[in-house]
Amino acid sequence: MSTTDLGVEGGGEQAALTDFKFDRKDSRLVMAHLLFSFGAVFLGATAGLLQVMQRSGWITLPPWLNYYQLLTAHGVLLALVFTTFFIIGYLFSGVARTLDGKLSPAARVLGWIGFYMMAVGTVMAVIVILTNDASVLYTFYAPMQASPWFYIGAALLIVGSWFSAFGIFAAYINWRRTRKKHSSPLFAYMAVATMILWLHASLAVAVEVVFQLIPWSLGLVARVDVGLSRALFWYFGHALVYFWLLPAYIYWYVNIPQIVGGKIFSNSLPRLTFILFILFSVPVGFHHQLNEPGIESFWKFLQVVLTMMVVIPSLLTAFSLLATFELAGRSRGGKGLFGWIKKMPWKDARFFSAAMAMLIFIPAGAGGIINASYQMNQVVHNTWWVTGHFHLTLASTVLLTFFAISYWLIPVLTRREFTKHLNKLAIVQAILWAIGMFLMGGIMHIVGLQGAPRRSSYATYGDHELALTWISYNQVIAAGGVLLFIAILLVLYIWVNLLYFAPRTEKTIEYPVGVVNEQAEHPPKILERWSVWIGVSIALVLIAYTIPIYQMFMHNPPGSLTYRSW
Amino acid sequence: MIHMPKYEKIWMAVGTGSLILFLIVLGIMAGTMGLNPPDGMETTVEPENVEASAPFDQPGLKQIGPNEYEAVILSYIFGYKPNQITVPEGSTVHFKITSKDVVHGFFVPGTTTNLMAVPGHVAEYTQTFDEAGEYLFVCHEYCGSGHHLMYGNIIVEEKM
Ligand code: HEM
Ligand SMILES: [Cu+2]
Ligand SMILES: [Cu+2]
Repeated sequence: MSTTDLGVEGGGEQAALTDFKFDRKDSRLVMAHLLFSFGAVFLGATAGLLQVMQRSGWITLPPWLNYYQLLTAHGVLLALVFTTFFIIGYLFSGVARTLDGKLSPAARVLGWIGFYMMAVGTVMAVIVILTNDASVLYTFYAPMQASPWFYIGAALLIVGSWFSAFGIFAAYINWRRTRKKHSSPLFAYMAVATMILWLHASLAVAVEVVFQLIPWSLGLVARVDVGLSRALFWYFGHALVYFWLLPAYIYWYVNIPQIVGGKIFSNSLPRLTFILFILFSVPVGFHHQLNEPGIESFWKFLQVVLTMMVVIPSLLTAFSLLATFELAGRSRGGKGLFGWIKKMPWKDARFFSAAMAMLIFIPAGAGGIINASYQMNQVVHNTWWVTGHFHLTLASTVLLTFFAISYWLIPVLTRREFTKHLNKLAIVQAILWAIGMFLMGGIMHIVGLQGAPRRSSYATYGDHELALTWISYNQVIAAGGVLLFIAILLVLYIWVNLLYFAPRTEKTIEYPVGVVNEQAEHPPKILERWSVWIGVSIALVLIAYTIPIYQMFMHNPPGSLTYRSW
Repeated sequence: MIHMPKYEKIWMAVGTGSLILFLIVLGIMAGTMGLNPPDGMETTVEPENVEASAPFDQPGLKQIGPNEYEAVILSYIFGYKPNQITVPEGSTVHFKITSKDVVHGFFVPGTTTNLMAVPGHVAEYTQTFDEAGEYLFVCHEYCGSGHHLMYGNIIVEEKM
């Protein structure tokens, strides 16, 4: 590892193929998270397949299994469990890689505490979902009341993830102690930023679960304040989506430049991007509640404006990534305006899957702007358009990026080779996913514009003409869903091979970390003064939320009793 | 402070500029044309007793002016009261909607009537129905095992 004026770029300064071996203890921690997340993907995707076939009228479910039970499992396992476990595993791996090559003992202990709390919480929640005692979907809106075990499980999942966050902070603080003058390696910096965002946002949902829902579900209090619970949930809910996205950005910013043989374009702008996400991820939750009573229009509009600020870091990211790719392609002899594109390693699944993810993110992001556009939201809110939207963002952009990460991260952990054959399958996987998602996610957008509601079992609405046309669209959606499920089986096959069967190798297995471009300037110190940004973030939250929350207490209807409506 | 290449500056300026323009347009539509999503600051009595007091003791359609109606609709697990209303073409309808139990939705595909029925609150929205036809309204907020069975119709009759 070398040290320069730019700070230590975690071994990346040496460029080229730096072989990296994890300490066995770190390796176990990362592996545990990955394996858990893979299990969640498999179960969640199975639920998804059954849903899509049921809703299109292809199958009827047995009496002991209902659509909303499946949908709860699908949302919880994929949106909450898979993402959180995979992200924490990946962040720990990169923090170990770029900060002295291993985790500090404190970081490891915190990581394991987090892992077990989250795992126990997940198992609790899944059991009560399977017994049909918690068919409340992954947003668990009150006053539908699930079994207390569901909320306790959720609380363990959230609080457990805080221990993991502290583990990452511990590793970072440990590294900084001796290197005050340097800016930290980009990966570690971004991991810390992601976890600050997560901690801030998930505080609100923890308050909702621990102080509102658990006492109420245990019967300690009779009524629940529905408006407040929704506001708390969405304080968390939008930041949640950036918590999924930022790790994908880390891969694009930090790891991919090395894979494409290029350099990280700037050492400051990526940091600024992450800071902007910390600032503008939370004071925006009302854009999920635009069509609700109890919140004045002015505050909804203000939060729409704050939501749109995300366009700025997105533009920065698009520019940085394209610049990195172009410089890499030209340095490899790409000529003319677009010749560099041909020089990208398209045959390398570690790049290809992520490139597919980025391409899909272009229409997906445009859809997101429509969702947040205040008046336009009335056309799409709670229709299948929205479901289409997050199958493009989360279930394609984020998911394919995570798959790309797994194709080298598992080999680094298991010392097994990502063979040519597996690489080919991985490319087929990404193509199949894109086609499947074009059919499923794409048509969900269209049928959503025609009015088909999201989260709905097979229904003809009294054979209304319009509802019958929705069902014909659903046939294509279901076909897409089947392709997606096949693609999931393919990735499972690849993972199982990388874990247990692919040939062991003595060859170099790279944990790719990019090197910062020599011309890049030293990042300004202020970017690493976290207290400043946390302060600004809290100030924005106070501006956006104080008065509307105050109004919720002033115009407060009597709370709601409990309902088990499934 | 942070260096940016020239092309990036142009890119950011054009991008941010269009964003600001777009937000101004949305703001003008909201502020001066009154185009806001549904809201409503009115609250009710205990949701389970909401049928005991006005206006939800008598849900239904009421004419309040020439071509102008108020539709008071109560949503519950798993239905609406009333679940059918009939108005002449060109009518303006002021919806007032609440729930007496869990959160429901009220969405009329093909229009911008898209609102959340939150217990304890009254959601309000105004819609003009210029085209005759049989509109569907559906619950589009998950409310339990019969969520997909929760719907009704708005019949907009042609003027003779
Ligand atoms: C085999 C692949 C998949 C299929 C066939 C599938 C299918 C579906 C369907 C049909 C719905 C909507 C149900 C409805 O609105 O009535 C849905 C919802 C959802 N899916 Fe997927 N999906 C797949 C993969 C994924 C993945 C990989 C993720 C995330 C990583 C994901 C996240 C979600 C979420 C968060 C919801 C919303 C749940 C809710 O509304 O409560 N899906 N999926
Ligand atoms: Cu959002
Ligand atoms: Cu419903």
